[in-house]
Amino acid sequence: MPTNLSARLCTFVLSLFLIAFALPAFAGPFEDAVAKFANDDFSDTEEAIAAVASSGNKLAFPIISALQDGRLMADSDSKKVYVTGADGKSIDAATGEAVASVPDSASAVRLNNRLRRSVDAALGSLTLQSPDVGTRLQAAQSVFKSHEETALEPVDAALAKETNKSVKTALGEARAAILLFKSDATEVEKLEAVATLRARGDQEAMALLTGMGDQPASVTKAAASAISSIQSSLAVWSTVQNAWYGLSLGSVLLLAAIGLAITFGVMGVINMAHGEMVMIGAYTTFVVQEVIRTRYPGLFDYSLLIAVPLAFLVAGAIGVLIERSIIRFLYGRPLETLLATWGLSLVLQQAVRTMFGPTNREVGNPSWMSGAFELGQITITYNRLWILVFTLAVFAILLAMLRYTALGLEMRAVTQNRRMAASMGIATSRVDALTFGLGSGIAGIAGVALSQIDNVSPNLGQSYIIDSFMVVVFGGVGNLWGTLVGAFTLGIANKFLEPVAGAVLGKIAILVLIILFIQKRPRGLFALKGRAVEA
Amino acid sequence: MPTKSIHDIAASFSRRGVLAATAGLMLGLASISGAKAADDTIKVGVLHSLSGTMAISETTLKDTILFLIDEQNKKGGVNGKKLEAVVVDPASNWPLFAEKARELITKDKVSVVFGCWTSVSRKSVLPVFKELNSILFYPVQYEGEESERNVFYTGAAPNQQAIPAVDYLMKEEKVKRWVLAGTDYVYPRTTNKILEAYLKSKGVAQEDIMINYTPFGHSDWQTIVADIKKFGSAGKKTAVVSTINGDANVPFYKELGNQGIKAKDIPVVAFSVGEEELAGIDTKPLVGHLAAWNYFESIKNPANEKFIKDWQTYTKNPKRVTNDPMEAHVIGFNMWVKAVEKVKSTDPDKVIDALPGIEAPNLTGGTSKMLPNHHITKPVFIGEIKGNGQFDVVWKTPSLVAGDAWSKELDGSKDLIGDWVGKKCGNFNTKTNKCLGSGS
Repeated sequence: MPTNLSARLCTFVLSLFLIAFALPAFAGPFEDAVAKFANDDFSDTEEAIAAVASSGNKLAFPIISALQDGRLMADSDSKKVYVTGADGKSIDAATGEAVASVPDSASAVRLNNRLRRSVDAALGSLTLQSPDVGTRLQAAQSVFKSHEETALEPVDAALAKETNKSVKTALGEARAAILLFKSDATEVEKLEAVATLRARGDQEAMALLTGMGDQPASVTKAAASAISSIQSSLAVWSTVQNAWYGLSLGSVLLLAAIGLAITFGVMGVINMAHGEMVMIGAYTTFVVQEVIRTRYPGLFDYSLLIAVPLAFLVAGAIGVLIERSIIRFLYGRPLETLLATWGLSLVLQQAVRTMFGPTNREVGNPSWMSGAFELGQITITYNRLWILVFTLAVFAILLAMLRYTALGLEMRAVTQNRRMAASMGIATSRVDALTFGLGSGIAGIAGVALSQIDNVSPNLGQSYIIDSFMVVVFGGVGNLWGTLVGAFTLGIANKFLEPVAGAVLGKIAILVLIILFIQKRPRGLFALKGRAVEA
Repeated sequence: MPTKSIHDIAASFSRRGVLAATAGLMLGLASISGAKAADDTIKVGVLHSLSGTMAISETTLKDTILFLIDEQNKKGGVNGKKLEAVVVDPASNWPLFAEKARELITKDKVSVVFGCWTSVSRKSVLPVFKELNSILFYPVQYEGEESERNVFYTGAAPNQQAIPAVDYLMKEEKVKRWVLAGTDYVYPRTTNKILEAYLKSKGVAQEDIMINYTPFGHSDWQTIVADIKKFGSAGKKTAVVSTINGDANVPFYKELGNQGIKAKDIPVVAFSVGEEELAGIDTKPLVGHLAAWNYFESIKNPANEKFIKDWQTYTKNPKRVTNDPMEAHVIGFNMWVKAVEKVKSTDPDKVIDALPGIEAPNLTGGTSKMLPNHHITKPVFIGEIKGNGQFDVVWKTPSLVAGDAWSKELDGSKDLIGDWVGKKCGNFNTKTNKCLGSGS
């Protein structure tokens, strides 16, 4: 007890001392502004951001950037605010003095979207002259977005010193954006601003020009002509963009269908459990990532590379097992195969649901698959780009395998004429099992890629099975090139229809077109010729 | 054979329903057989899909009811009798919902059913509950335009979720242009119709509203996200109001993140995305996007904290999240228990008459009340997605909002009210003073 009491007394004296020491710190307007962060009120925080940003204090940058990253801690009881660094060291935001530790009662200052915009604008003006080119460019861009009059001075100052060409352009555009909205800017300045934005020529420039409000007649006229010029260039770009989206959708369709092109196309097995092989591949990716997350976090960026062979093996092995235990008894009986594999797909779904739970599983994107880059006026996302590359690679490898390896030769022989192949000494049942395993394994690989853009849930496969059959039938059964052309044709057609007809009608239209096409060419785009057809 | 196969495929899909149903029966729960217990228990039916597409959302609700029954039995049950759950699996198959509901009421003789998620499943069981005069508690936010004697709606009506969310965006984010994006089925279509009428009444022009529907499970969002981006660059603040259904949300948000649409530029407010749905996504690129609900797991409150702790202990999973429809079941279950204790009977007519006016605490610190139109009063919260998959409440209604069975925004329903106490009618026209009779 006595020790406890003395400890309490000690704390009391210490806190008295601290209060006495801290009081003078609340003197200036900067300190008052900082203290407002502790009120946990969005409008107070907004005032604080504005006051701190314009204070000119050297603590302004660390405070605002900490606020952006959720590292600005505030204690609502003592009204003290702390900046915690990435290295774990903390300083008092009002004084800049180092503190030993942030009290437990402190919590990160909360932001909402409005405040996030103010933070961006404030940081923009504060970092316009940062030594790092990337930061300067970003700063110029956030000033362009917020285009507040107060930023004009820092932008002019930065422009005078800037040497990097792209930053200079960005600063010029930011300046134009500010001048366009500045009420007391001269007509000449505004006309120049319109010209700069016209040169920029993207959607954001158009947004500024459309939303600029009341302007002198000459400016309005120049803006109108700039808008129509931007619009016509954007229209061309949107066609390019639709084509890209079509290619990207086509690559997903191809990836999902390519395994089916083997099991259904080459072997003639109507495999309704094909989608579930895709799902198993996706779940393999999930398991790989879980192991990596818990044991080897450094390997996360390689998780997909590790998952690809594993997914191939897992799905392939399950495929062989299915062929040996069910499908081989049903060759030549399409209706029964269809029912059996459909039932099997439900069993597999429920098995996965029991093992992993019914909810979606999180599969993360490695850093090289996140984000996007701009190509002209279109945005290309990395994950879609990589999936396109990956699909083409899988396609090429599969084609080479069928063409150049012994197994490929045997597969083609068996599917073309089983009895002849058997009498040449090929173990047809072994080849059947391996072919089915190959098709399933490729579906598994597809699952790895699809886990990057879709839900990893037990229903994953269901959404691809119809599309896959559509692609294979449309492209021509038994022909891999047909599958390739079919997938990309459907993808591009879909994406050009979607903006006109909407996603739902677009899908229906595609289905109707395929049905009509099949009436005309029952064997699809690339029909196999010769005796193989009747096999 | 290749030509024939396409017919086979087509045939299989029409047969899909029957097959799914059979599989559901085969794989479904064995607990049906265990339901023939003695008469000293009160049976509670649980009608949630445990397989098929909706299992992702509904399985949790089944667990919630089992958990609530377990807790109630620890307190001695109801009226001195233990509660006993009868769980069936309608396998995300709408006609099967009706069949299973009939089985629960006639064969298992349950006193009350907690169940359904999609509106179409609710519509499918309605005639069964009316015919056999039983009670259904429906826990999910829905499109309104309904008030049935045998159904108690504990989820949000549009005026308890959609309208306050739009108000928030108008006031706080100064949104002038609206994208109403939804999955193509009854809930998004009705909600968007209500929202469109509401926005127009607030002076929003037709060209500032873009409405977009996508099929169930849509996964290629590139074009639509690009369209939203384009729509948002007309110089006016733009927001997306999303009624996109659970599963399609993950690729939608991934595409938003990848195309660089940040919440501070174009915020998305969602009505079907909760803690459970976010569990499957890396939420860092989504920070700041919004959701409107009547409950968030992150709400600090002793009742909520206790509930989360008990729930995680019960499910033996310290990471298990809670969500809005779960809270609706908690409120509905407690209201039902109170009503049964009040009339000392499980007779449906007595319980249905006793329920309006019954109050039960919700998990956010208030007390919800069952209204004569069989909807309840609820607070409305707007939450921003945080980096850890939880929500940060940025706004809430000053008081509880009473659920409107009939939307005041639509011409066809603005004069209608549901009143099962005074008027004994679900669609009473206050202008003509007439009950429109059965039906919704």
